[in-house]
Amino acid sequence: MMNDKHLIHLTVNGQARHCEVAPRQHLVDFLREDLGLTGSHLGCEHGVCGACTVRLDGQVVRGCLVLAVQADGRSVETVEGLTASASMKDLQDAFVARNALQCGFCTPGMLMAAAELIETQPDADREQVRQWISGNYCRCTGYQAIVDAICDVLASRKAGAAQ
Amino acid sequence: MKAPAFDYIKPRHLDAVFKLQADYGDEARLLAGGQTLLATLNMRLSEPALLIDITGIAALKGISLQGSFLRIGALATHSEIEASALVAQHAPLLSLAAPHIAHRAIRNLGTWGGSIAYADPAAEWPACLMALDGIVVVQSAKGERRIAAQDFFLDLYSTALAEGELITACELPIAAPDQLFAFDELARRHGDYAIVGLALAATRAQAGLVGVKLAFLGLGKTPLRATASETWLGQRPLTVDLLEPLLEVLRSELDPLADLTNSAATKRHLALVLARRGLTAMLNPGNR
Repeated sequence: MMNDKHLIHLTVNGQARHCEVAPRQHLVDFLREDLGLTGSHLGCEHGVCGACTVRLDGQVVRGCLVLAVQADGRSVETVEGLTASASMKDLQDAFVARNALQCGFCTPGMLMAAAELIETQPDADREQVRQWISGNYCRCTGYQAIVDAICDVLASRKAGAAQ
Repeated sequence: MKAPAFDYIKPRHLDAVFKLQADYGDEARLLAGGQTLLATLNMRLSEPALLIDITGIAALKGISLQGSFLRIGALATHSEIEASALVAQHAPLLSLAAPHIAHRAIRNLGTWGGSIAYADPAAEWPACLMALDGIVVVQSAKGERRIAAQDFFLDLYSTALAEGELITACELPIAAPDQLFAFDELARRHGDYAIVGLALAATRAQAGLVGVKLAFLGLGKTPLRATASETWLGQRPLTVDLLEPLLEVLRSELDPLADLTNSAATKRHLALVLARRGLTAMLNPGNR
């Protein structure tokens, strides 16, 4: 009984999916192993590092702290799906311009977290940006360039909105 | 690591939850936001046979005004509380504390009821519940009962919840217009577990602050109300002149437990820093 798989119906990056999953499988293993969406990374696997950040029903969550079976009936978006969105494109361009990544392992999680900040707190200042991404670890950059990139996007969107 | 194998069920009604709890006993765990439970399963600190996902039960959801109380449903997420206009108006202490809880991705799933039931002494909501003299509403197959906050947190991760009971909601007294609230904590990094935190409530009166309540997190095995200091103050209004004497009483009252990186003396010092900061700001509202 404990190994019985459950049939789940969900939307991943806008596409309907019907899959069988074991209850113990978390969302990111499901996305990576079963659906081949390897943009979401798995770092600490206990909710500390933020590399697995994905959207569940429009809000960022830790993909390692959600079971795939809990996503039944819900909508999941990953960095692959959001690449087409304007805020994600702006962030990706700013990360490149600011050299806000080195090894890139944390980058999808950083982008997912930053996208929710840009959408929910367009007036965030640098200190608020730092607080917001405090849940995402980067072991390469020292964070300054990441904060610069996010602040650039906030500033350019504000300037764009003012025109 | 990966979680061990377990079974999963998502009942629609509380009766089904109580039946499963009776059948599985200690082998079953309730799954709400999962932000603590799933981490402990991934680290294999716990190996339940069954997870009972209670997030489909409508009776546990929502934030609403009920007479002289604000009812916070057990499944209200930290983000919902953070964004709630009802909370900002009637229990502003929670609005002040919410941004300190972990990180956005955790706040989007973690729940009020989960935090109260887990009773981590370093968590924000239990300390807020203590500062507000809130009430925990619990239910089992036998019916409902209400437990006052000060009777709820018994020991490290231990509460007055009996076997087969779950938290359905908490009731918080509605804030009066002349009440003041403050929340602050000291952590190594924003969103980390606090070294020490303080939830503060008081009522502004002509002569000073009355009804001062201090609830600390991170100091002991449970969230702690500084009852000796509150009693010392008694009916006297707190004024600028009484602040240092009060802090001296607080210094002798607090008996913190050291953690891996902070000694008891450090924690006592930091607790007094928070108390001085919070009360000074309340006594001098113009100088913030």
